Amino acid sequence: MEIYLNGELMRVKRGLTIQALVEQISEEPRGIAIECNLEIVPKSQHPNVVLQDGDKLEVVQFVGGG
Amino acid sequence: MEQRTEDVNGQDTLEIAGKSYSSRLIIGTGKYSSYKLNAEAANSAGVDIVTVALRRVNLSNPDEDKLSDHVSPDKFTYLPNTAGCFTADDAVRTLRLARELGGWNLVKLEVLADQKTLYPDMDQTLNAAKTLIADGFDVMVYCSDDPVFAKKLEDSGCCAIMPLGSLIGSGLGIINPINIRLIVEQSKVPVIVDAGVGTASDAAIAMEIGCDGVLMNTAIAEAKDPIRMARAMKHAVIAGREAYLAGRMAKKKYADPSSPLAGLI
Repeated sequence: MEIYLNGELMRVKRGLTIQALVEQISEEPRGIAIECNLEIVPKSQHPNVVLQDGDKLEVVQFVGGG
Repeated sequence: MEQRTEDVNGQDTLEIAGKSYSSRLIIGTGKYSSYKLNAEAANSAGVDIVTVALRRVNLSNPDEDKLSDHVSPDKFTYLPNTAGCFTADDAVRTLRLARELGGWNLVKLEVLADQKTLYPDMDQTLNAAKTLIADGFDVMVYCSDDPVFAKKLEDSGCCAIMPLGSLIGSGLGIINPINIRLIVEQSKVPVIVDAGVGTASDAAIAMEIGCDGVLMNTAIAEAKDPIRMARAMKHAVIAGREAYLAGRMAKKKYADPSSPLAGLI
């Protein structure tokens, strides 16, 4: 199935949880927050939320800014 | 107007949303050539609070330098901003993510009107402030130097009013000190000049007017020697604050000799 990750289309296998996705994309998954279809997914829920076809995910972090 | 705030040790501290900070200078973490230089500037400026932005993780370069590896959130209070947001909805969404990420409620709200001036859209700003405050945030708010809107923001529950000295990144200084003073006089929460400071005297002027603090980014980041300018800003804020508390002499139209007239030969 396909999801959108930070605006980019990405193919992932069915049944993938947010936590599993995070582990795929980042060796050190600290300092990030996740929004799925405009809803924040609290860190405690990352292992429980299973991605659905067409989900739009935003993975964000703090960067330098004024 | 916030009068001098001394803690139990007699220190003149800045109080925001019930927390004390020893430095009245807040700096941004944008535009530096590296996070390492940014950290050195923050140390040199002696700040407690730094503003940070929220952006997508760069998935194509996971080894990218991280802000937190240099400017440690253990040492500095991260103040998440909403730079780049042009609607109340975007700003609220951004700060909710920032709260999930950082775990704290203190945020800097700015809702901008257009790219050319980055002037705050005050309708959107007020709407966003109300939503955020109802949602439990402590909102420090970037705003125009209009005392009427500043009052509305304070009445809505914002914990700090942050009027622009002049346009973001312009370095034009405090172009309307009369309005800034009106805002200082009417406000019961800290007033922090945010944006427009170009050099040390600008920061000192803001503090001499009675502002409780100054927030800047470009003035330090784009100085030829950011570390030295950070130090200059630290001194300027302290000097301006001390001058304000000391109470300046009255201005006179004519000369007034400093040496006694009696006993002249």
